[in-house]
Amino acid sequence: MTIGLAHYLAVAAILFTIGVFGIFVNRKNVIVILMSIEMILLAVNINLVAFSVFLHQVTGQIFAMFVLTVAAAEAAVGLAILVTFFRNRGDIAVDDASMMKG
Amino acid sequence: MDLQAAAFYVLASVSVLAALGVISVRNPVHSVLALILTFFSSAGLFVLMGAEFLAMLLVVVYVGAVAVLFLFVVMMLDVDFAQFRQGFARYLPIGGVVAVILLVEMVLVSFAVARSGAAAANALPLASGVAGVTNAEAIGRVLYTDYVYFFQAAGIVLLIAMIGAIVLTLHHRPYVRRQSVSRQVGRTPATGLEVVQIKSGEGLSE
Repeated sequence: MTIGLAHYLAVAAILFTIGVFGIFVNRKNVIVILMSIEMILLAVNINLVAFSVFLHQVTGQIFAMFVLTVAAAEAAVGLAILVTFFRNRGDIAVDDASMMKG
Repeated sequence: MDLQAAAFYVLASVSVLAALGVISVRNPVHSVLALILTFFSSAGLFVLMGAEFLAMLLVVVYVGAVAVLFLFVVMMLDVDFAQFRQGFARYLPIGGVVAVILLVEMVLVSFAVARSGAAAANALPLASGVAGVTNAEAIGRVLYTDYVYFFQAAGIVLLIAMIGAIVLTLHHRPYVRRQSVSRQVGRTPATGLEVVQIKSGEGLSE
């Protein structure tokens, strides 16, 4: 049997679902939440690349590259915020991260 | 089953299992390592589709930079990660229900699009190297012409993220005595030397 577009889309859907599920069950652990967001963006990239190669248009891969850029920037800034938060509080529990709540 | 299908199933199952490991293992260092495995096997899927450039970009950017950044942060934060496991069983049912609904919806849409969408006519992926144009060359031809402003904007996004991360984590400790070369060099005998007249028999109090 030949591997078609539906196979890749199914893998991307499964990865996306695992990412959303990870945010649900690990909602106290902000590091795993960040990793789940990275997995969601990876699933989006797989979708973009799959459509790009099966539509015979390279534009989707360009867009996947921009998604990659934003994901890298988001990871860097997110982890920097996490380090600063840990330095101020001595803990990274996101439950009591309400210092800025007026 | 031909070689391509076998490679697809191996890569896809490794990717999905590693993704499940990311969200379920107790030790966050193992979680980051599972994330690296997920990205690596997804890069294999990209190669299988014929998008070699993005596959290499994924390995370099994600495995080489982002995942190592995660690893550094996880190892440097002195946090008891066992306390974060408490809500795991509590949010499992609602999360499972949402995940199953989401998965069924997305798989249904995927199969519908693959069967009757715009790409349904093209059963085979765009093979790299057709008409002497490799994947990287094809991307470059479009990226540096049609999307050159977006490319510049992506560079600005990365620059701002870099500046933001540095500004957030830069930490001046007041008790650290740093060497100031300009102050050392700019010192003159008038500012650096003091002659104190001491009366005999009294000594120096300070």
